[in-house]
Amino acid sequence: MSSFQEIIFKLKQYWAERGCIIQEPYDVEVGAGTMCPETFLRVLGPEPYRVAYVQPSRRPADGRYGDNPNRLFKHSQLQVILKPSPNDVIEQYLASLEAIGIDLRKHDIKFEEDNWESPTLGAWGIGWQVMLDGLEITQFTYFQQCGGIDLDLVPAELTYGLERLTAFLQVKDSVYDIEWAKGVSYGDVRYRDELQYSVYNFEMADIAMLWKLFELHEGEAARLLKLYDPKAADKGRFPLLPAYDQVLKCSNIFNTLDARGAISVTERVGVIQRVRKLAVGVAQAWADQRRPATAEVAQ
Amino acid sequence: MSLPSLPFLLEIGTEEVPDWMIPAALASLRVLFEKLEITHDSVTLDATPRRLVLRAEGLPARQADSEERVLGPAKSAPPKAVAGFARKHGVAPEALTVESTPKGDYYTFVRTVAGRATRDILAEALGGIILQIGFPKTMYWTGKGGPRFIRPIRWIVALLGEEIVPFELAGVHSGAVTSGHRRLGAREIAVTTADYEQRLRENYVILSAEARRHKIRQELAGVRVKPDPALVETLVYLTEYPTAITGSFDAEFLALPEEVLVTVMRHHQKYFSVEDEHGKLAPQFVAVMNIPSDPEGFVRRGNERVLRARFNDARFFWQTDQKKTLAARLPDLAHVTFQAKLGTYLEKTERVKALVETLGGDTHAARAAELAKCDLTTELVKEFTELQGVVGGLYARAQGEPDAVWQAIYDQYKPESMEDAIPRNRTGQIVALADKLDTLRGCFGVGLIPTGSRDPFALRRAAQGVVKILVEGKIDIDLAPLVDDGTEGAKALAEFLQDRIRYYCKDVRGFKYDEVNAAMAAGWSNLVDLEARLIRIQSLRSSPDFEPLAASFKRIRNILDQQKFAGADAAAIDEKLLQEGPERDLYDEYRRIAGQPVESVISRLRPKVDLFFDKVLVNAPEDDVRRNRLTLLGTLLQEFSNIADFSEIVTTS
Repeated sequence: MSSFQEIIFKLKQYWAERGCIIQEPYDVEVGAGTMCPETFLRVLGPEPYRVAYVQPSRRPADGRYGDNPNRLFKHSQLQVILKPSPNDVIEQYLASLEAIGIDLRKHDIKFEEDNWESPTLGAWGIGWQVMLDGLEITQFTYFQQCGGIDLDLVPAELTYGLERLTAFLQVKDSVYDIEWAKGVSYGDVRYRDELQYSVYNFEMADIAMLWKLFELHEGEAARLLKLYDPKAADKGRFPLLPAYDQVLKCSNIFNTLDARGAISVTERVGVIQRVRKLAVGVAQAWADQRRPATAEVAQ
Repeated sequence: MSLPSLPFLLEIGTEEVPDWMIPAALASLRVLFEKLEITHDSVTLDATPRRLVLRAEGLPARQADSEERVLGPAKSAPPKAVAGFARKHGVAPEALTVESTPKGDYYTFVRTVAGRATRDILAEALGGIILQIGFPKTMYWTGKGGPRFIRPIRWIVALLGEEIVPFELAGVHSGAVTSGHRRLGAREIAVTTADYEQRLRENYVILSAEARRHKIRQELAGVRVKPDPALVETLVYLTEYPTAITGSFDAEFLALPEEVLVTVMRHHQKYFSVEDEHGKLAPQFVAVMNIPSDPEGFVRRGNERVLRARFNDARFFWQTDQKKTLAARLPDLAHVTFQAKLGTYLEKTERVKALVETLGGDTHAARAAELAKCDLTTELVKEFTELQGVVGGLYARAQGEPDAVWQAIYDQYKPESMEDAIPRNRTGQIVALADKLDTLRGCFGVGLIPTGSRDPFALRRAAQGVVKILVEGKIDIDLAPLVDDGTEGAKALAEFLQDRIRYYCKDVRGFKYDEVNAAMAAGWSNLVDLEARLIRIQSLRSSPDFEPLAASFKRIRNILDQQKFAGADAAAIDEKLLQEGPERDLYDEYRRIAGQPVESVISRLRPKVDLFFDKVLVNAPEDDVRRNRLTLLGTLLQEFSNIADFSEIVTTS
């Protein structure tokens, strides 16, 4: 039986052998692996790219004080981007499951329609949720648009839910009981942060302070975007990645405020719009940045 | 001579196509193929999630030859030009004939054009046909600007007889190689038109949907499952080799409401639920997997574990929710938006409560209206949104609300379709009515009016529900004043409701369209009354006097319209001006029958009306006589117009 970390090792190894760069988790809080620049920005433009990384993903509203066996404030996704998607992408994906010890001739695997959309990122794709013996283990998406931009190459995004997959393989009813490493359970490693973040997000987060932070990060992102000049000869050195970090901060603060019950329904749509505007702004500048400043003239 | 007739096979190999789109895609493929107008004896369509297949029998190898006349130089042209024409077309100059045309005489000859090979026609057309198959949503996979399809196309089999129909689509070349079940079959399988289906079968693909359906049904037959034809169809198109397995869950979960358990199994896990011999839910389920067997029980145990986790969640939500009563949740509705322009659910609740009172609802109805939306703040509804209303009803029951109240909450979204029943009790009917009317008034008031197929707030369903509840609940109230709330949308809403009433009477109840128009022209606002009048008109129609009388009424209506005459007051008729004979007789008859139901007078009235029109000139030269006659006719029309405007009846004579 593979431990949680062994499953991660094997999947990383598997995808590394298929040409993926193995990245480490992004060091800014995100709600999903899709939001990391390695996905959100790299899927833009005509350059092929393959990357895999584990991304701890924070969803403040999903926290359950460590009480619920299936729900977590922070879970781990293995995010794989194959840009462009190879013809045998599904075969490669299925073989990755076999690489972690699932004999697919003895299990029931189904691809059920599930199209993905993120209004906050101006992104959507077509795909499936992959069901293994009735359990959703992966979201499989062919990206079509990101930051409101039609993608030149169509990347396949595979998002494995690592805790679920491990619970499945280890035959555990609670994620807290899965074995992280020999003799160490997931609960040993993570219970306290599930409990404490639930307390913070639901009960103690200072709403006024969070709003202030939101506005500061939003202001910084907006300030930078305003300064970006597509005609500047040295636009390649313009700090779009730091601007995007500010957007990610906004997104996480928004989620925390939401979990805290601090966002009224009327405000909600408006705040999502504000984050979306920044995300789309960064994506468009990013798509432009790789083109020479004189491109328009040359054509 | 007879041309050889060939079988044709087209298989579009794809990644998993959404199950619900497949039947329509096949129908679309059939139409596109028929449009090619290649003669054939039969066409068969089949599909699994990974292949759309069209097979046809009896195609000709080539189209029939045709002849075409080629026009050459004029007869007057120099011989050199004529010889040049003949040489260019490879015919002997002697073979040319002279043809007279309106422009003069010309050298011509008849050329035989060989019919095109069917294979060439198909090779040219198939790529385009495949991309034209209709799907609700398509994608790029080769890159921006590339072809679009429902999911990536990975292989294509195209065979006419023994030969490949060669074409290329999205980088895929057609061939004679298919692919089997993803894990149990070979990845590449050479096929012919003859062995195609059998080769698939050997590779764990049951091509025929009917065969898969049959297999599922047969395997369900041994278990007492709740019949669910829609779920069977989903699973037929979600699998290539379906096999049913039965699993079980801990009987302690049966303490949860059946509605919740069934929803988890049905909607979230695509399981059939199982009943015991008394029709009660049994702690079992049937899943359909995409492999032939589960000898080691991996799949069964996996599904059982998933279900246990889901049920645990549901139980956790159920218990958490019980800590706060529905009544205590009412203030929380201030944080749930109904619609941006229409405020929160708390505001909606206030409006619905007021409307319930207007509709004559009792204290139970008022209570139900107050609690109706509170379940939107519960964890269970957040998790299972399709159970809103039902969960509220169940919580209300658990919290000791009277039957009338919890049932009204439970049924508030009914009827959800034309086939669905209306709320089971009067309280529920009033609450459901008020809720739907409020939604309709609100949305129309802020301009959210459905157009064409766009109806994001399901207003058609709401309006249809209003009609169904009023008629089938026999609720004797006037709809028009409830709709006219003074907003700009009121007029549009009144028309929208009339459309729904017309639809209900015609398409659901089967009244004829002219009967519906006639009855509605006499008033549409009280639906109980409308229904009663429609039934009367329907039975009147069998009377031999009906249609002739209706025709006369139409004539009266036309005369009055022409004269722009609107007076219809029996007291205004001046008896002294009546001419003895048919006019006087008609007036006397009117006096005798006034106030009586039309059914009992129709046979007496008809001859009088006929005779009147036969003998009397309405447009008399004297003004007063003419006016008096018009008044008589108007009064007569008025007398029966509270049932229907009979001039709307379409008569055959």
